[in-house]
Amino acid sequence: MKEKRQGLSFYWKLFKSTFLISLFTFGGGYVMVTLMQRKFVNEYKWFEEDEMLDLIAIATSCPGPIAVNASILVGYKMGRVPGAIVTVVGTVIPPMAVVAVISVIYSAIKDNSIVALVLKGMRIGVAAVMVDVVIGMLSTIIKKKSILAIGIFVVAFIAQAFFDVNVILIIIVAAAIGAATMLGGRKNKDGKGAKE
Amino acid sequence: MIFFELFKSFFQIGLFSFGGGYAALPLIKEQVMVVHDWMSLDEFADIITISQMTPGPIAINAATHVGIKMAGILGGLAATFSNILPCIIIASIVGYFFFKYRNLKIMQAIMKGLRPASVALIAAAGFSIVLLAFFGEKISIDNLDIVAVVIFAGALFLLRKYKLNPIFTMLITGGVAAVAYILIDKI
Repeated sequence: MKEKRQGLSFYWKLFKSTFLISLFTFGGGYVMVTLMQRKFVNEYKWFEEDEMLDLIAIATSCPGPIAVNASILVGYKMGRVPGAIVTVVGTVIPPMAVVAVISVIYSAIKDNSIVALVLKGMRIGVAAVMVDVVIGMLSTIIKKKSILAIGIFVVAFIAQAFFDVNVILIIIVAAAIGAATMLGGRKNKDGKGAKE
Repeated sequence: MIFFELFKSFFQIGLFSFGGGYAALPLIKEQVMVVHDWMSLDEFADIITISQMTPGPIAINAATHVGIKMAGILGGLAATFSNILPCIIIASIVGYFFFKYRNLKIMQAIMKGLRPASVALIAAAGFSIVLLAFFGEKISIDNLDIVAVVIFAGALFLLRKYKLNPIFTMLITGGVAAVAYILIDKI
């Protein structure tokens, strides 16, 4: 893990990967981090699954677009400040450029049925990619056989998917439960109860 | 001055939107419709559609669109930059401390709680995208889109079994779905 990754070609790879992920991701931050997960963990092997999960967890906990936060963390980890600049620029340029074009021609393609169908189809693909990545992440959690982790996942999922509980609240409670495990004992159960 | 107003609005949106793009939409609405009289409800609905048909973070799509509409390309740049500025600052600081102290016991413990929660957030986002793909806006058995379910199952199979590239997968499903829907419509 300690190998030095520097030089222009490395930064180009960083830029190219974030640029492409940003260019082809429809549906926002959570979709983008799942693509980053596939690219950086499975393909490039830059991170362990756990490490990437940490970065994603932090990216979700910070304000602003999750994809930008994740880019900053990945870029910083891989190439310090220049790395972070490269990945942020890579993430921001594609949506800006495409929106600039679309804003101008929007009224012309607004009611085009083929465009609508292709977008609808791409959404199906996005759904499949997300399920695929979530299966991978979940199996990492389940493999550890930690009741606590599985419990946090289930409660947080239900809270977010069915009750629209505020994300900040979920994050704060989960972090608190984690911190409480250091103190051990019954604290965990109390914390989890407070979440519902 | 419009640039300063754009900066102020989108800086606030970036600073206070936790949990990604959809969380930012109400804040954007407040800024462009209530605080400023920049857009009508119709135009705001267009922002959402444009964000969905363009790639990348939704907040950035919206910022660029509003900025361009109000003050041209420079406005788009200003709005986008101010939107990501708070998160650049905060994520850098948080990231710096995380990488520095991640071996501390307390940090490990906190991450133990955060990790499954963030997987849950991603799973919940995925769940709502799956529902949207299968049912559209309204969830009922009548609305179940069999074509979407079949394409979804095929794509998931290829992803799991052959580790198909995700971007490639989306392009394929986009093309296949368009062809399938047009053919079915003809029959």
